[in-house]
Amino acid sequence: MSTLVIAEHDNSSMNVATLNSVAAAQAIGGDIDILVVGAECQSAAQQAAQVPGIGKVIVADNAAYAHSLAENVAPMIAEVATGYSHVMATATTTAKNIIPRVAALLDVQAISDISGVVSEDTFKRPIYAGNLIATVQSSDAIKVLTVRGTAFDGAPGEGGSASIEAVASAHDSAKSNFIDEEVAVSDRPELTAADIVISGGRGMGNGENFDMLYSLADKLGAAVGASRAAVDAGFVPNDMQVGQTGKIVAPDLYVAVGISGAIQHLAGMKDSKVIVAINKDEEAPIFSVADYGLVADLFVALPELDAAI
Amino acid sequence: MKVLVAVKRVVDYNVKVRPKSDMTDVDLANVKMSINPFCEIAVEEAVRLKEKGVATEIIAVSIGPQQSQEQLRTALALGADRGILISTDEALEPLAIAKCLKAVCESESPDIILMGKQAIDGDNNQTGQMLGALTGYGQATFASELAIDGGNATVIREVDGGLQTLALPLPAIVTADLRLNEPRYASLPNIMKAKKKQLDTTTPADLGVDMANRVTLLGVELPAERAAGIKVEDISQLVDKLKNEAKVIS
Ligand SMILES: Cc1cc2nc3c(=O)[nH]c(=O)nc-3n(C[C@H](O)[C@H](O)[C@H](O)COP(=O)(O)OP(=O)(O)OC[C@H]3O[C@@H](n4cnc5c(N)ncnc54)[C@H](O)[C@@H]3O)c2cc1C
Ligand SMILES: Nc1ncnc2c1ncn2[C@@H]1O[C@H](COP(=O)(O)O)[C@@H](O)[C@H]1O
Repeated sequence: MSTLVIAEHDNSSMNVATLNSVAAAQAIGGDIDILVVGAECQSAAQQAAQVPGIGKVIVADNAAYAHSLAENVAPMIAEVATGYSHVMATATTTAKNIIPRVAALLDVQAISDISGVVSEDTFKRPIYAGNLIATVQSSDAIKVLTVRGTAFDGAPGEGGSASIEAVASAHDSAKSNFIDEEVAVSDRPELTAADIVISGGRGMGNGENFDMLYSLADKLGAAVGASRAAVDAGFVPNDMQVGQTGKIVAPDLYVAVGISGAIQHLAGMKDSKVIVAINKDEEAPIFSVADYGLVADLFVALPELDAAI
Repeated sequence: MKVLVAVKRVVDYNVKVRPKSDMTDVDLANVKMSINPFCEIAVEEAVRLKEKGVATEIIAVSIGPQQSQEQLRTALALGADRGILISTDEALEPLAIAKCLKAVCESESPDIILMGKQAIDGDNNQTGQMLGALTGYGQATFASELAIDGGNATVIREVDGGLQTLALPLPAIVTADLRLNEPRYASLPNIMKAKKKQLDTTTPADLGVDMANRVTLLGVELPAERAAGIKVEDISQLVDKLKNEAKVIS
């Protein structure tokens, strides 16, 4: 048994999300290698080599892989994957975009978003917005999986010294071209990695009112998230959406402010350790998952909370 | 320009699903079924392309049981020109679905294939990407904006870090995210008209696709329930609880 973990990275550094997949690979057992596909990605590869317990790091370094275009990266991964029993990547938007393409090239039915490892071929995964957990068994020769990051604590990232091996082949399909990217810059922690997440919903009323959440977040070292309604209304950008179709978070503390608690939102946060809800409607479904509920007008409660911490 | 739109019949998004009593699968008896919300967005986008004079024909395709005709009729009422049902009672896996769609691409030669990013039953988020691999076409997943200019599609994609813009030569595959558009409601006259539109039926076997499952569902369970929480009186009690009981802030 051997697993190929696909590194998530921005060429210069490896994203810690990769370590959740390493942990899932360790739960399966067997040898683990990491594949880094990128352009001028040597420093990301060096970081990957420091992950303890890794056999080797394989690097495919080519300009064609600069923007992780699925058409180019997927055949590269598929080429390396044939030597492994498992291929896995943490379910970021990059992996969700690429991994199914890899699976189809290998004629394999991928399994998305695994939240548990039962055995080498049997996995648990949420379905129907997390309302049910399915146990599924793969009969394919290579198991191609994406991993729900919140379900596996990240493996240690330092202390190892694996060898780094380059692969030469390049795939440049010209089937899609990168034009540009608008990356949200923030000094706050990344949503999926933060210990505390404070999210606002439609109840926030407008984008300016999110300043109250940013101020609170900065005091607590928290990330700020949002419901789909808040994103759709243009209060905040899409990368802040938490839920079935946004980001999945499971921080130590999740504070939902002016969010009703639709199942699609709960799907993204109900595995948080402690949930606080502030909502003026005592019937709001969010209270059914909240450890601590405060029925209050957020415009009164938030300034008080800000003053109290 | 010809547009192919893939629509899936799924449990309506408002339904809180339950397991069957023997825990073998989800219980779909007497549950409201609808067109997958993301597929509805894909249909709407196709209709807008036609309204702009970019698209000339919209073909809606669905793979599933006979009743999937209802969702195809919905797509026709929203503005698709004709429908294709690939009828099967097998459990549906993205790879096999993608193979069926590839066969339709070969016979219909669409210039663009619009799909949902994810079906809200299995939450797989795979089929568009798999169709990309099988056809060799480019893919733009999680699209929140689409523009067609001659033989090219420019797509803004929603990614974890923000937004990414790609340009793809056609034919290409685009999967819709929630903010691509807001679908219209089908009007009664259009629902009536849709009943008369062409809807062909075929089978995976006719297309040469093997639907045999690669992944077996061994069972389902309910997620762990959260212990009931409490209501706090005010902010000072909340802060006290967070500091001294939950110990999540200091
Ligand atoms: C296919 C699909 C996928 C979806 N995916 C997601 C997803 O990933 N994430 C997501 O979040 N949603 C998602 N949704 C949308 C979801 O169904 C809900 O519509 C959405 O979560 C509602 O957001 P909200 O709670 O902010 O808004 P609302 O439901 O409008 O709730 C606003 C809340 O604010 C409270 N409020 C208002 N004013 C105040 C005040 N002054 N003080 C205190 N409280 C106040 C109200 O009592 C209310 O409970 C999806 C929907 C579909 C169909
Ligand atoms: N049975 C099906 N029939 C038609 N289209 C489908 C089917 N299953 C999936 N699709 C398409 O693929 C998209 C993604 O589905 P999935 O990969 O299952 O999450 C859906 O939004 C549809 O556009």
